[in-house]
Amino acid sequence: MGLKAFAALAAAAALALPAAAQDDPFKVGFVYVGPVGDGGWTYEHDQARQAVEAEYGDAVETVYQESVPEGADAERVMTQMALSGADMIFTTSFGFMDATVNVAERFPDVLFEHATGYKRADNVATYSARFYEGRAVMGHIAGRMTETGKIGYIASFPIPEVIRGINASYLWAKKANPDVTMDVIWVYTWFDPAKEAEAAQALIEQGVDVILQHTDSTAPLAEAAKHEGVIGFGQASDMAEYKPSPRVSSIIDNWAPYYVRRVGEAMEGTWESADTWEGIAPGMVEIGEMTDALPQDVRDEATALKEAIAAGETAVFEGPLNKADGSAWLGEGEVADDPTLATMDFYVEGLTGDIPN
Amino acid sequence: MSDLNWILLLAAIPVAATPILLAAIGELVCERAGVLNLGVEGMMITGAVLGFIAAVETGSPALGFLAAMAGAAALSLVFAALTQALMSNQVATGLALTLFGLGLSAMVGQGYVGLKAPDVGDVPTGPLAALPVLGPILFQQDPVVYAGVILTAAVWWFLRRARGGLILRAVGEGAEAAHALGYRVALVRTGAIAFGGACAGAGGAYLSLVRVPQWTEGMTAGAGWIALALVVFGAWRPWRVLFGALLFGGIGALQLRLQASGAAVPVELLSMSPYLVTILVLVIISSGRGRARLGAPADLGRPFHAAA
Repeated sequence: MGLKAFAALAAAAALALPAAAQDDPFKVGFVYVGPVGDGGWTYEHDQARQAVEAEYGDAVETVYQESVPEGADAERVMTQMALSGADMIFTTSFGFMDATVNVAERFPDVLFEHATGYKRADNVATYSARFYEGRAVMGHIAGRMTETGKIGYIASFPIPEVIRGINASYLWAKKANPDVTMDVIWVYTWFDPAKEAEAAQALIEQGVDVILQHTDSTAPLAEAAKHEGVIGFGQASDMAEYKPSPRVSSIIDNWAPYYVRRVGEAMEGTWESADTWEGIAPGMVEIGEMTDALPQDVRDEATALKEAIAAGETAVFEGPLNKADGSAWLGEGEVADDPTLATMDFYVEGLTGDIPN
Repeated sequence: MSDLNWILLLAAIPVAATPILLAAIGELVCERAGVLNLGVEGMMITGAVLGFIAAVETGSPALGFLAAMAGAAALSLVFAALTQALMSNQVATGLALTLFGLGLSAMVGQGYVGLKAPDVGDVPTGPLAALPVLGPILFQQDPVVYAGVILTAAVWWFLRRARGGLILRAVGEGAEAAHALGYRVALVRTGAIAFGGACAGAGGAYLSLVRVPQWTEGMTAGAGWIALALVVFGAWRPWRVLFGALLFGGIGALQLRLQASGAAVPVELLSMSPYLVTILVLVIISSGRGRARLGAPADLGRPFHAAA
């Protein structure tokens, strides 16, 4: 619980009078879905918040609230932030989408930045990272490293972002090793260490020896560490504490440059609603150190793949590709366009099972 | 579906059930004494962090559990002082305890993220562990799983057979009458609150030392609320609470493994089910008739002040 932030909010709410002086610092609010100490997703957003503070010093004031449930509660938190004088609010989970749009309607003078969503307005911008580029690199490593031929994927909610990650890692694992299969477990939570660990355990019991996760805590790595020969990857954050194994590499979300830039634009008055979607090349998605637990050739291949994606030479989703139901998706040499990726709701051919809805 | 390993599944259920069982048994005793403590989540997470810190610092998981129980019990005594001596509202104080526990644990645990805890290990059961089928399910568990069952039996015996249990129930069913008989209501309730705190602390430490095993902020992720619901689900009876814990834990363990084995399961429904059951029982107990029929202690949540 962000008691400090909460206290700051409460104090600010008490003082939020319309006659705010001109030299007040520019106030930026952050709404987080998990605790800042999750070691993953929310941790990286909070690192970026701190980068904003470091960049602008006394000119900005930031407040945040942690562990905000997706739903009605989020709307209450955002309303309270806006009422207490926030000039700009970052809402950092897909599930905050409708709440963000609703609150933005009521506070036309407050600027909103919503992560991973697709609903925009004059004062609501969206931003996300092309995590799937990183997933392709992890998928390649997974395909090369699995001995049982079984890769496990701990998925959170069936939304396009998560499905893209599953498809990207499966495709590239399959390219590296045509015999791999992938088991997907949906845990319906972003953050529940006990459940994430149990999902990892269930996968390992099924013979999985490489685990990818799209949840926010380090618990799957803690579970993997209990089993000889099982590896996994840092997700959203480096999760360096599990180096050199089971964490053999990671996908790191680096939001700091974006947050610093957007807050700067907002202060100058040049901020405009936009949809930002950046990948490995501009540095929003980073690949964490590949450890010695990986053979040199695997590291070299993964690095080459990363560079090819960054340089635009390799597309993650390139035809010929079929959907899991057998229908054609991309023709020979055809590359998936952004609108399709942004709304992806199907598995690619080879993945089994249904996506819950 | 065919390649689902039922033995491993059944072996996993007690591990999933133990944290919520420990917390729920503690809360059960507390509620049988007439006190509704909604701070279970806060006490669990406090136990999780203190148990982890103590185990890491001393290298002994047993000391970790002891520290977790002592720390969470101490936290529950704050609740006891506020509700029993200062007559504050139990619901509001309990919620505050949860918020306080979450914040406190986050602060205390900052330096312990990413460390590894000493291994708890399994209880040596000799040849029993080698039994086919039964061995892995019943005889290859860690000591806390067995302690949870023993605790359930002990609480059942205490409430049913011991004189102290009779007094505790009297305090929960009719505080005025118990007071008139000369029993010190506030003292009995304080003891029950502290017992509940110690159990919740042990449940939290089980998460950070055995189940996950690591410290992460907010890692109980609602387990305390499930434990609270479990008390109601089990109609304030220890064995039914044990059954409920196995059921709740079992649903989770089963659905994850069904998914891992590629079976088509209604994931959304199964994921929701503990919460749906929780909402249902909360609706039932909030109506007066349902509450009495379920066997809720008559003075549950009602403050008692021994006016001279």
